[in-house]
Amino acid sequence: MSGHSTYEPSIGLTRWLDARLPIIRLLHDAGVSYPVPRNLNYMWTFGGILSMMLAVQIITGIVLAMHYTPEASMAFSSVEHIMRDVNYGWMLRYLHANGASMFFIAVYTHMFRGLYYGSYKAPREVLWILGVIIFLLMMATGFMGYVLPWGQMSFWGATVITNLFSAIPVVGSAVTNWLWGGYSVDNPTLNRFFSLHYLLPFMIAAVVILHIWALHVVGQNNPSGVEVKDFDKDTVPFTPYATVKDGFAIVVFLIFFSWFAFYVPNYLGHPDNYIPANPLVTPAHIVPEWYYLPFYAILRAIPSKLGGVIAMFSAIIVLAFLPWLDTSKVKAATFRPIYRMFFWVFVLVSLGLGYIGSQAPTDGTTLVGRLFTIYYFAHFLVVLPLLGLFEKTKPLPASIADAVLAKNAATGRA
Amino acid sequence: MGVGAVAWPLISQMSPDASTLALASSEVDISGVAEGQIVTIKWRGKPVFIRHRTKKEIEEAVAADNASMPDPQADADRVKKGKDQWLVLVGVCTHLGCVPLGNQGEYEGWFCPCHGSVYDTSGRIRKGPAPKNLEVPDYVFETDTKVKIG
Repeated sequence: MSGHSTYEPSIGLTRWLDARLPIIRLLHDAGVSYPVPRNLNYMWTFGGILSMMLAVQIITGIVLAMHYTPEASMAFSSVEHIMRDVNYGWMLRYLHANGASMFFIAVYTHMFRGLYYGSYKAPREVLWILGVIIFLLMMATGFMGYVLPWGQMSFWGATVITNLFSAIPVVGSAVTNWLWGGYSVDNPTLNRFFSLHYLLPFMIAAVVILHIWALHVVGQNNPSGVEVKDFDKDTVPFTPYATVKDGFAIVVFLIFFSWFAFYVPNYLGHPDNYIPANPLVTPAHIVPEWYYLPFYAILRAIPSKLGGVIAMFSAIIVLAFLPWLDTSKVKAATFRPIYRMFFWVFVLVSLGLGYIGSQAPTDGTTLVGRLFTIYYFAHFLVVLPLLGLFEKTKPLPASIADAVLAKNAATGRA
Repeated sequence: MGVGAVAWPLISQMSPDASTLALASSEVDISGVAEGQIVTIKWRGKPVFIRHRTKKEIEEAVAADNASMPDPQADADRVKKGKDQWLVLVGVCTHLGCVPLGNQGEYEGWFCPCHGSVYDTSGRIRKGPAPKNLEVPDYVFETDTKVKIG
């Protein structure tokens, strides 16, 4: 994107290495001299935050795995052993469990940023789709991770979600028994979930590398939605500008993370998961962790079992088609006044779906859940395609530099 | 062909193993189950309800109008001949897999607290989101007081 590399190794050793494996050049080109739009706001710091969270989850996870036992009769006790006996085990466990929630808070913010600023539009379609793949892998990883402590919610959440596969016509039961390794969620299931939960984060890391590569080819979007035209005027080098901004945002995020991990570590969890799994007793309300609630609401909204499964997966897959569903050529909602309204309604509907997912399914909550589900799909399949054709957008700034100068003039800065 | 030969063991290893298959059958002594009582035993990792039905429960189950049910089935097809006081069912709601509560719900059969499915005294779905009746597993009466399930 930026043209040729500006890295010039000065010491003999670095010249020697550069001729054999130009890894320092790669890091320099990607993280030091790499040009970023000069008008990026803090909504652009979540990529860095997410990379840090992936590293935090992998490191705490590997260390926890040194003390955890993935066997049905021992898993729950091994987690209590970690909490009580292992040095700083309580901290590692709470960091990992709350880290998962933080990971999802960051990814949802990151995705909603993309929705608002049109970051999924050409030429960033592949970048966006890679992101959807990362999101799916994160959901699979989180689901399996939650099963591992083998509490009541672990067991029954696993039972409900793996039972969904029995909705597949013809092969459903056979596929479900194959997944379980038996006739119900039991020890074989727990063991394989541990294996896959350890594996998937490394798949996530691989797709993240592709995601960053795709990003670096086309360059970041920016709050004006106007592409970089003049590198000298429109961009600044990643280091020190983005490095320091990302660093600051990470510190603030870590404060937020620490608040949960150290002061209210069980707030985002479910107390029933401190009861050991019992296949013969179903808890009164089976609910997944908060980050799955909107999709759980969509699943329950459809009266048919297979229909619910299709709707739930479609709710995520529809995101992959977003670059083609949104017909507007204007990227940022800043210049799309009608879209901006629909965006915030969508945010409210998503939060509403999350709330419905947390409640017991009464006639009232089911009706509201259905209305919200219809709106969710209508936003992608009806509103976005039509809006691009009819919306009158505001005039765009001529360039990023112009947008920055206009903003500075308005606020009286030099 | 070679690819299949490599892939098959990797796929097959996930299917139920020998130790799981060995637990595939359970023998249960039902002599202690009084009339009107439901016991729950564990079979293949799942709860199985064994209900010793009262005359009233049997009559209600037989008299019910099958045609209007979501999953129509006659009571006689869900019990063994001459032993219709014994109802053996897999205690897993056919909706999303919760364990229904016995002697509850409008028909005094079972009620699933997760999403409100109502089953009758033959374990048939009458109301709520569950699509099918409670499953009747393969079972035989080895004697009048011993049942082998699976």
